[in-house]
Amino acid sequence: MSSLGIVMLVHTALDRAEQVVRHWVAAGCPVVLHADRIVDDASFRAFQAAFADEPLVRFSRRHRCEWGTWGIVAASQDASEQMLEAFPDVRHVYLMSGSCLPLRPVEELVDYLADRPETDFIESATTADVPWIVGGLGAERFTLRFPFSWRRHRRLFDGYVNLQRRLKVRRRIPLGLVPHMGSQWWCLTRKTLSAILQSPDRPRYDAYFRRVWIPDESYYQTLARIYSTNIESRSLTLSKFDYQGRPHVFYDDHLPLLRRSDCFVARKIWPQAEKLYQGFLTDAAGAMKRTEPNPGKIDRIFAKAVERRTRGRPGLYMQSRFPRHGVDTASTSAPYAVLQGFTEIFEGFEPWLARATGTRVHGHLFAPERAELAEGQTLAPGCLSDNTELRDYNPEGYLANLIWNTRGERQCFQFGPRDTQKANSFMAGDANAHILVITGAWAVPLFRSDRGFAELRQDAARLQKIETAQLRILRSQWVRARVRVWSLAEFIETPMENLQTVVDDIGTTGASPLNEAPKMVDLEGFGQFLQNLKNEGMHPYLMGDFPVNPASVPTPDRPRRPYLVSKS
Amino acid sequence: MRIRRKRRLLRALRKSRELRCIQDNTRRLRPDDILLVATFRNEKIRLPYFLKYYRDLGVTHFLFIDNDSSDGARSYLEGQADVSLWHTRGSYKKSTFGVDWVNYLLRRYAHGRWVLHVDPDEFFVYPFCDTRPLRALTDWLDTAQIRSFSAMLLDVYPKGPIEEAPYHAGQDPLEIAHWFDSGNYTVTRNNRYGNLWIQGGPRARVFFADRPKLAPALNKTPLVKWHRSYVFVSSSHMLLPRGLNQVYETGGGEKASGILLHTKFLDTFGVKAKEELNRGQHYAGSAEYRAYAESLKNHPELWCKWSEKYINWRQLEILGLMSKGNWA
Repeated sequence: MSSLGIVMLVHTALDRAEQVVRHWVAAGCPVVLHADRIVDDASFRAFQAAFADEPLVRFSRRHRCEWGTWGIVAASQDASEQMLEAFPDVRHVYLMSGSCLPLRPVEELVDYLADRPETDFIESATTADVPWIVGGLGAERFTLRFPFSWRRHRRLFDGYVNLQRRLKVRRRIPLGLVPHMGSQWWCLTRKTLSAILQSPDRPRYDAYFRRVWIPDESYYQTLARIYSTNIESRSLTLSKFDYQGRPHVFYDDHLPLLRRSDCFVARKIWPQAEKLYQGFLTDAAGAMKRTEPNPGKIDRIFAKAVERRTRGRPGLYMQSRFPRHGVDTASTSAPYAVLQGFTEIFEGFEPWLARATGTRVHGHLFAPERAELAEGQTLAPGCLSDNTELRDYNPEGYLANLIWNTRGERQCFQFGPRDTQKANSFMAGDANAHILVITGAWAVPLFRSDRGFAELRQDAARLQKIETAQLRILRSQWVRARVRVWSLAEFIETPMENLQTVVDDIGTTGASPLNEAPKMVDLEGFGQFLQNLKNEGMHPYLMGDFPVNPASVPTPDRPRRPYLVSKS
Repeated sequence: MRIRRKRRLLRALRKSRELRCIQDNTRRLRPDDILLVATFRNEKIRLPYFLKYYRDLGVTHFLFIDNDSSDGARSYLEGQADVSLWHTRGSYKKSTFGVDWVNYLLRRYAHGRWVLHVDPDEFFVYPFCDTRPLRALTDWLDTAQIRSFSAMLLDVYPKGPIEEAPYHAGQDPLEIAHWFDSGNYTVTRNNRYGNLWIQGGPRARVFFADRPKLAPALNKTPLVKWHRSYVFVSSSHMLLPRGLNQVYETGGGEKASGILLHTKFLDTFGVKAKEELNRGQHYAGSAEYRAYAESLKNHPELWCKWSEKYINWRQLEILGLMSKGNWA
């Protein structure tokens, strides 16, 4: 008979439990089974009868094991006592559930434990040091009372906890106990286990833990600290928990992963995962086509699942992720730039910017005629249409979609007061947005057009009003976007320097010095144009100060030398 | 909302008089059966593959409502042991587009079981559906105490004119129609019922570009652990009580969700659209079908250069159309 004894708690999928029990017994390990009281009598009797002629299998007194309550501990106590008494050769007792599956040959585990005869494998940490507590009950598990079922009477449970908090009612922790917690699946030596079970203080401890919340995660973990001489604080059972503290379930497709685990037992297994049961419950040779253990990979997969459930993919709006406003710091998935007023004062600005920054440069994405997608396309990645009706039906969504669909390639687009303004708040609140504005630049195309002046004046007034409203949004206190605003006059004072800033800001390919500059439009007479508007009673103020005297305005005849920054 | 729900239930009861049972295998129902309920009209050609697909997934009993088909679907389904069949001549429109009939059957047969409510041209895809049966999903939802599971409609279409490749019975429709729009969906919240309202895809792009508001809804919640007090309100777009519509996370994370591959656009579509238009039994005065009929005259092509070719659920997950949530 083996020196390893198995205490197994079962409540469902008895056929699977039976399979696993036979596997342990075949390797000579005695098994004491505890069947939950909810298992109906007929199934239990059949289960019991299946092992009638198996001397290594015993059944212990049945308790009701409701999650989070004392029943589980009581069950494991009774079963452990029975194990120690009935099988004197057992040196280590391993507690597991009916949905656990051995991942490595039993002999390997037996040898492993035989090499460490004095070691108790039990995860045990003080409450202050564990990150996995879900639901906010850490140290309070040990100081409050929990007479109501968390599963069935959640409100009463929460209400009573809050009441105790408010009244500052506390239970006293018995002298000498330092609360520890950890995985409820342990493997203890006969010495430690019998010290716990036969301790003269046990009635006192039991009385205390009976009222502790989730005692199966703390009873042995705490007491082992008193009686054990050599604790190795980790569980030999692989079990992963989701963000609500429920154990993850393993399926057939986890087979390659489980083969790479360095744990001896995994929990929990989906009862119908036929391939897993077949793959692991075979003889030693078949069970381990030994691959190099790589537990990190398992960790990563399940850590990612938690991350996905709690944080998700920022900037993604879909059927099962629809964050409230302000939950994500960035409303989109990747950085992008919004350029306002540049195409108005530079000729061929878009292709130039694309060359200088290595980004995808669209025209006026929110233009009233159509979404001016880069290179005159009518469709963008993800089958986004340039149709204005579709776009303006949900402009924020349109933008978020465009950024999501082009992950990996930075997007820039032009914007201005002529465009639909519905997405302004969205962009201003988006940490990924990079908004660069030359205010008043919209006046340049007006200045260059040959439409009637009355019409121009009207347009100017309208555009100025729109841009002012936009600037108000960009200057409000909750803006998360990175915003840079120049007035037109300010910008053209040192255009190359400012362009360099723009390129540095949005460029993805490292800041390379500009060696090519876009041509600025001829602004001669622009000051006079503004003056004319003023004379007509419309006051253009967003451009900054433009003297009527043209001499002081930089003209393309005398372009400033490109501002060259040499990379030293 | 409670009154609304009760009214629905009453209505379902009233409309149940229009149903005539053709084949009743419900005595064979076991407590852990996974049911599928569907209403159809003249869809016999789709049924063989439909049944195969869902049987393979792990659906163990089918509840079909035949809305007066004339193509022999009834004789095809008769004798299949996992199919229960009802027949009705009632008006599709007057039964709230079939929902009343469905609600009645579910109240009667589905209490305490998982139910999948789909149309004969919809194919349910969920995370790990290539390696884990439907039962694995419902077991997981049970332990996670989740009652409803969403799956957005994803229209798939062929490359080239719709009528070009003929579909034959038993064929996997995805062999013909396997292209889809990956990223042009808009999401808004419906404050009355608490569900999300998703529109977009090729139908919005091609048929409803000039009035996107009318584009068909794509949000669906087809998989529900049924309770006799639940009702579907409008197809499987919305349910009552409203808690069942909370299939999305508002705090930043992702809940698990699936996709319904919508294989409407086969060569059978033109005939269907004309027929449905003439019957006028669909939502909003069959505006949808009117739009189709108009556009179909010009032999539209749904395919475009950004169309994605369907590979598997992982691809849909990466594209952000569905999510594994915390199922791993």
